[in-house]
Amino acid sequence: MSTDTHAAHADDHHHDGGHAHGTFSSYMLGFVLSVVLTAIPFWLVMSGTLPSKPITALVIMAFAVVQIVVHMIYFLHMNTASENGWTMMALIFTIVMVVIALSGSLWVMSHLNANMMPIHQMSGMK
Amino acid sequence: MTVAVNPAQTGEPVFYLADEHPHPEGWSTSLGFWIYLMSDCLIFAILFATFGVLGGNYAAGPAPKDLFDLSLVAVNTSMLLLSSITYGFAMLTMQQNKIAQTQMWLAITGLFGAAFIGIELTEFAHMIHEGATPQRSAFLSAFFTLVGTHGLHVSCGLIWLVTLMVQVGKFGLIEANRRRLMCLSMFWHFLDVVWIGVFTFVYLLGVLR
Repeated sequence: MSTDTHAAHADDHHHDGGHAHGTFSSYMLGFVLSVVLTAIPFWLVMSGTLPSKPITALVIMAFAVVQIVVHMIYFLHMNTASENGWTMMALIFTIVMVVIALSGSLWVMSHLNANMMPIHQMSGMK
Repeated sequence: MTVAVNPAQTGEPVFYLADEHPHPEGWSTSLGFWIYLMSDCLIFAILFATFGVLGGNYAAGPAPKDLFDLSLVAVNTSMLLLSSITYGFAMLTMQQNKIAQTQMWLAITGLFGAAFIGIELTEFAHMIHEGATPQRSAFLSAFFTLVGTHGLHVSCGLIWLVTLMVQVGKFGLIEANRRRLMCLSMFWHFLDVVWIGVFTFVYLLGVLR
């Protein structure tokens, strides 16, 4: 019984314990994707190619999100199987917390800012 | 652990622990380290939120457009990205048990990391020389806190990297050193992920503002 569970346990860890390892081609693919996903936003902002600023802002934020996912997969080797899914659970929990903290702060503070004082009084304060 | 109830023999429930087999040393390290990284992620989230709230309050001082040199930031970003891929190569050579090559890739990673810190400190020194100190405006306080915290993490990563190179040089690629190198790998790539947020939200969106 004891040896059985131990063997099963060790086997368990051999397969999905720890982190998955990358290969040369997966690292290179991640690197090339990252270079492209970094270069395009810098080029967009430095050359001002897109007609309006809000569109440029949205596009570079989208590029950032995609690049973060690329890094997670190819460099941090995230998958649903590693550590029996606990790393993914921790990641999802963290993303939820980050989204609440960021969106909540920005939303509340922008409303506070807007209701702070009339503009004509503010101009003297700057 | 597992609670077993056995009412057949005594009529009363009997509780006992299923046999707790010993775990090999470090079996939970990568999960624990991942949870540390996630909590570090929350620190950065708060600093990003602070920057998001205060990032437009220049107090009639310099704005991102006057301060940031995007070509320098692009060079800095490439330093960190290159250090990420060279650390990846260090991990690959480590799996093949090539000590000398692992050490070489770790050293190259350290050089790129040091270049990143050097460029960042040059940028900070330049800004402070121009009067854009953390005390100047809420925007600059938030900027120096966020980017400075990231730089501090990279500096700690560099110290850790040198420590591990000494360890590997002394004891070779033993199991403990492999585990440590894997933790530093996660740390290093995590800092690169945070930097994506920094160059997008602080530098690019700042200049765009």
